[in-house]
Amino acid sequence: MAASGAFDEIWGHGGPENPRAEFAALSEWLADTDAAELQRRQQSAEAAFRQLGITFAVYGDSDAAERIIPFDIVPRVFLAGEWARLSEGLEQRVNAINAFLEDIYGERRILKEGIIPPELIYLNEQFRAEVDGVRPPHGVWAHICGIDLVRTGPDQFYVLEDNARTPSGVSYMLENREAMIRLCPELFRDFRVAPVDSYPDMLLKTMQSVAPGNNPKPVCVVLTPGHFNSAYYEHSFLADSMGVELVEAADLVVDDDVVWMQTIAGRVKVDVIYRRIDDDFLDPLVFRPDSMLGVPGLMAAYRSGNVAILNAPGNGIADDKAIYSYMPEIVRFYSGGEAKLPNVETYRCREPQALKYVLEHLPELVVKLVDGSGGYGMLVGPTATRQEIADFRAALVAEPHRYIAQPTLALSTVPTLVEQGLAPRHVDFRPFVLTGSDGVRVAPGGLTRVALREGSLVVNSSQGGGTKDSFVLLDDGA
Amino acid sequence: MLSRTAAALYWLGRYLERADFIARLVEATIRLDALSTRPAGEAAWESALAVTYTDEAFAATGEALTQAQVARFLTLDMSHPGSIVRCLEMARNNARAVRTALTREAWTAINRAWLMTQQRSSTGGAIPTLNLLEQVKGETRGFEGAIHRMMRNEATLLIQLGAAIERADNTARLVEIKYHLLLPEDEQVGGVVDRDQWNTILQTVSAVNAYRWLYNDGLQPANVIDLLISRAELPRSLAACVEEVVALLNALAKRTGLQGEADRMARARMARMQKTRTHDVIVSGLHEHLEAFVAENAMLDAAIARQFRFI
Repeated sequence: MAASGAFDEIWGHGGPENPRAEFAALSEWLADTDAAELQRRQQSAEAAFRQLGITFAVYGDSDAAERIIPFDIVPRVFLAGEWARLSEGLEQRVNAINAFLEDIYGERRILKEGIIPPELIYLNEQFRAEVDGVRPPHGVWAHICGIDLVRTGPDQFYVLEDNARTPSGVSYMLENREAMIRLCPELFRDFRVAPVDSYPDMLLKTMQSVAPGNNPKPVCVVLTPGHFNSAYYEHSFLADSMGVELVEAADLVVDDDVVWMQTIAGRVKVDVIYRRIDDDFLDPLVFRPDSMLGVPGLMAAYRSGNVAILNAPGNGIADDKAIYSYMPEIVRFYSGGEAKLPNVETYRCREPQALKYVLEHLPELVVKLVDGSGGYGMLVGPTATRQEIADFRAALVAEPHRYIAQPTLALSTVPTLVEQGLAPRHVDFRPFVLTGSDGVRVAPGGLTRVALREGSLVVNSSQGGGTKDSFVLLDDGA
Repeated sequence: MLSRTAAALYWLGRYLERADFIARLVEATIRLDALSTRPAGEAAWESALAVTYTDEAFAATGEALTQAQVARFLTLDMSHPGSIVRCLEMARNNARAVRTALTREAWTAINRAWLMTQQRSSTGGAIPTLNLLEQVKGETRGFEGAIHRMMRNEATLLIQLGAAIERADNTARLVEIKYHLLLPEDEQVGGVVDRDQWNTILQTVSAVNAYRWLYNDGLQPANVIDLLISRAELPRSLAACVEEVVALLNALAKRTGLQGEADRMARARMARMQKTRTHDVIVSGLHEHLEAFVAENAMLDAAIARQFRFI
């Protein structure tokens, strides 16, 4: 029953009749709750999401300006031991990302020692000369990381992508849990699930910990491009659950290198900004001058050390797909040990040997633009048409440096409610890792995205993927 | 509180109140249309347009002055900025922009009202229209209930302030239109049509029973005017709205320390109103009195925007 022989997180390789021993109870629950009942609960969750306006906008899709992301009622589950190993790997990786950023915008030891070719940094659009030599408050760069993982077997996790700019999805982690508690309370009696609702507190602590100076009561805000942004719901949700202001650029002014927000009582000084705006739009005086979203003078205030910006401007260089392939070396360089979470094997098409291999094996590979995201500009070899493969071949030959390629992995599956009942569907996973001046915190959960079409490996919400709750068990006794 | 948030909350209050008022107005007009002893049709719908100052906008659509057309125009017409669906859309846009200042319940109430109208394209006949209006009123009531469960902070006060300013405006227009425009020339003051019209106005502001309790008398236009202008017991009367605005500005001043021109204007208006007798108003000219009230209300609105630094 498992799709294409992939490892199923609940059923293992045994199928519904013979699940992984640890998940017998969950499997029983699935077997005992008939599909119609699951459907009914799932629909009521989606109706609630619609009413609450937990939506995201799909650009260029005017019919569905606001969509809800399909929610699947069957959770994916991590055993306590699995989670502990995963957390260690995440912490190591995020520490390396922070060290890398500090180094790249500072001494550049990693270039001097020949670990990474310098042109990969200097010619990279994600490298921001504007923050070169700037040290963010308390030396933290990647405060909020979303590390995309895939799994191919019981203990085989691979990092697919590091998101160190403005990773989204954490509101789904929290809302999916709310829905599950309401709709399937019996599951929480059977399993001891780590609570995720401390995330806003963790985030606020992280923000406060990186405030410049010794202000015991720093003013923290969330900066959104506005309510037309696809992730606006999440922005407002986070500000609300932390009890801080959700500001737009128009609410902020910079005066004498200090950031102020305009309130009914006059100006209030801002110390920490969790921005959900890309670097390009932060400050029209420094980045794109045509942008109306930004705050003129913000970067000057940042350089003067008067305000902390999360995540730090310039972080894009750490999660760039071209840099990704060097992450094993980066982790080794800064941590002195091997990466506990491996990369997916990656061919850098800029290297002639790799390009040759890629061109010869296109139908087996996934090819990605190094600067693409959201599932756009990629080739999934095994499901591509001849024409698509031919087009990509031409593009690769013309501009090889713009592409990387990876083998198609047998992504794990999780039982998912489809029209015919339960069936395995491929998933990936985005845990959230917070770094403050007081250390690293891994939220006990994350966003599981599921490809709802049979056999599909594309889980992006803009490509019709859905989400599931992700349980992290407090013990393995279930 | 951010200045932008304050402005959005205030306008959220205004737009929801406006949606509720239009729902009541259409409902009353359907009743007037149906009860009238002669075909009141056009006159009734004309008056509904006049109350909302949309007679010209409607004429520009080229549609006939019928229940179906006017009711659709006032409720579901996406191209008409004063329709219920557009008011709800504006309210929702404001609410979305300041979600963090609202509770889940309050936001959900607005979003639900908006979703409900999004699913409708035609009002249908009188009964489906009445059902729709009932729903709109129910949803706005739900929102009012939700804000009474919110923290009693600036956010709640600003929403209520917007609603009170809007309500004052609506009531003043309602009374004025009746007095000058509604009665056909061949109809007698005090005649059947006149009575129906006054009764309908009471219906619009849910005050039929209030009238009976307070006046213990048959329908007298002077009493209706007195009720709608001077009786603070009636939540939609001008007196009640005026007092509420003063109280809300006071409460805002206590919380924010912001006090100024708006407070002075609102207090002066209340003091003047308490000295004014309805009889004198009628004798000296109800029309002028109401026109002045609406203009002053608009000035107060502008003063509020300055005082709270709306951007």
